[in-house]
Amino acid sequence: MVSATGLTRTFGDFVAVDRVSFEVAPGEIFGFLGSNGAGKTTVIRMLCGLLKPTSGNGTVAGFDIATRAAEIKTRIGYMSQKFSLYGELTVEENLRFWAGTQRVWGREFEERRDWAFEISGLASRRHNLVADLPGGFRQRLALSCALLHRPPVVFLDEPTGGVDPEARRRFWDLIDDLSTEGVTVFVTTHYMDEAERCQRVALMHAGRLLALDTIPELKKTFASGSVLEVECRDAARALEYLDEAPEVVDAALFGNHLHAVVTTPETAGAIQHRLENAGFAPVSVRPVPPSLEDVFIRSIREAEEGRER
Amino acid sequence: MIRRVLATAVKELLQLRRDWRTALALLGMPVVLLMIYGYALSFDVTDIRLGVVDQCRSQASRRMVEAFLKSGYFVQKTILDDSRSLDDLFTAETIQAALVIPADFTARTSARQPTSVLFVLDGSDSQTANTVLGYARQIVASQTGAVYGIQIQVPYEAAPLVWYNPDLKSSIFLVPGLLAFILMVSSVIATALAVVREKERGTMESLRATPVRAIELLLGKAVPYLLVASVSAAGSLFLAWALFEVPIRGSLLWLAVVTLLFLAGGLGWGIFISTIAETQQLAFQLSLLSSMLPTLLLSGFIFPISSMPTALQILTHIVPARYYISALRSIVLKGVGPEMWWQQMVALGIYASVVLLLATVRMVRRL
Repeated sequence: MVSATGLTRTFGDFVAVDRVSFEVAPGEIFGFLGSNGAGKTTVIRMLCGLLKPTSGNGTVAGFDIATRAAEIKTRIGYMSQKFSLYGELTVEENLRFWAGTQRVWGREFEERRDWAFEISGLASRRHNLVADLPGGFRQRLALSCALLHRPPVVFLDEPTGGVDPEARRRFWDLIDDLSTEGVTVFVTTHYMDEAERCQRVALMHAGRLLALDTIPELKKTFASGSVLEVECRDAARALEYLDEAPEVVDAALFGNHLHAVVTTPETAGAIQHRLENAGFAPVSVRPVPPSLEDVFIRSIREAEEGRER
Repeated sequence: MIRRVLATAVKELLQLRRDWRTALALLGMPVVLLMIYGYALSFDVTDIRLGVVDQCRSQASRRMVEAFLKSGYFVQKTILDDSRSLDDLFTAETIQAALVIPADFTARTSARQPTSVLFVLDGSDSQTANTVLGYARQIVASQTGAVYGIQIQVPYEAAPLVWYNPDLKSSIFLVPGLLAFILMVSSVIATALAVVREKERGTMESLRATPVRAIELLLGKAVPYLLVASVSAAGSLFLAWALFEVPIRGSLLWLAVVTLLFLAGGLGWGIFISTIAETQQLAFQLSLLSSMLPTLLLSGFIFPISSMPTALQILTHIVPARYYISALRSIVLKGVGPEMWWQQMVALGIYASVVLLLATVRMVRRL
């Protein structure tokens, strides 16, 4: 449904997207995971026909992104990172306008509007100004607006920014429903828990695609090492200390505790001992299954080490 | 195409309705400006305090004094017996002008001899003095004919005859320029802000991912503002007629055609600015600089183009208001047909086409 081969975009000397290739199947929820500035939005903008690739090519719904942008635009829904609704218009007026841009009007519009009310839960607030709506409602309304013309593909660029966890959960339930109906969902995020809900995830960093697979597969490739969760006093300083330890391949700070990547879980005792002796007591060390974040951090480290070499 | 233009236009009108500040600025500002400029920017002088020294005291001399007072420009302040105390009155600013009718006034006129009345004037404000002198000349001239039935022939005297605006009322002269000013400023600023607002908020990004074409968006934005500006223009013209007695002698239809051409150019310029400016603030400043100042200074609105230095005169050719004001004065004040001002209309048409083309090209390239 969506494909890219060697997709590259430069802005002057800066390479925003560096030879990115992937393939998205119809009805798939495809996640693009990466920090801010990783190049996620640039990829989406190229796929939506808003930006010409410097080199490489891609197709969306069977149309070439470089030459058939007009056809693509009638077949996609796009929810940009920025707020895409008009705050001074009501819920219904926003729906009517965005439907109009996609030639949805008359009887068909009424039908789609009622559907939008249903999925966003906004029927009772249809005459409210969008500016007065809570964030979660706005997000669902923006998604509805992108779906009024029944596009086979939707591009969601960090759709849940600044929304509370409950609203985020409801939003992702909607995405699941869409996928069940056969809509291809291409979504970018920097939330790990959201990425876990995607069928396949592409890890992106500094313009490059580091890994692309299902969540279990990504974690399996990572099984060459084990992850230990370390809780101790003064975790930030303990991190520096652990990085030097011979048993530890890699270590990273996760909130107020540490994740240490080791070759075997048996090293747990040795590590605990080391930290206690170094004055970080009380120390607790236990093996944990690798999270997506571990995979992500590890991939970035490997990529950066590879680049240095 | 038409449906999408309509969808955008409806949305734009709805936004305008909710955004009462912009709506007020578009509809209310012209009225306020018209009042301020119409009343304050008046070069007319009225209620001139007049001292009268009537040394003749005849029926004829009284008629002359009456003619001054009935003209509406003068009010009688004092009647004096001789002209010696005039100086004190001028110094104390009790009077601004004095009319001295000599004792032999009736005798000389009856004898068909050239005669004169003395008109003394405070010249410290030369602009006012000039205007007042003009009034006085006109009144005396009219009396010469009316009272004696024959014109007194004075060798080498210019006989001023002012057409279209016989009283030289400045409001009649200024209102067309004011109209141009209001329309230019509001159309350029309104459209520039309307487009840049979408960029600033990020809705432009979403619009670009829809099949809406640049030209559709452009038209959808231009049409509502064109409507509002037209209403505003009609209102201003009506007020000018009602408050300042500006005569509308020519065809309203032609007036509408020329105004629409002028507005189209303004809207195009606004959209062009919006493709350069990234923030509403910058767009606002660019619009003001590029539309307000030239319209005010280089259009013949206040300062006559013919008295500008040559370089500036050449520059006025790219100011659309120049053509519009000229055409407007022809239509509104002279009531002449298009054969007299078609060049102005063509110039406005060229300006509008070029600017709209530029705006579209730039906009398309950005999409």
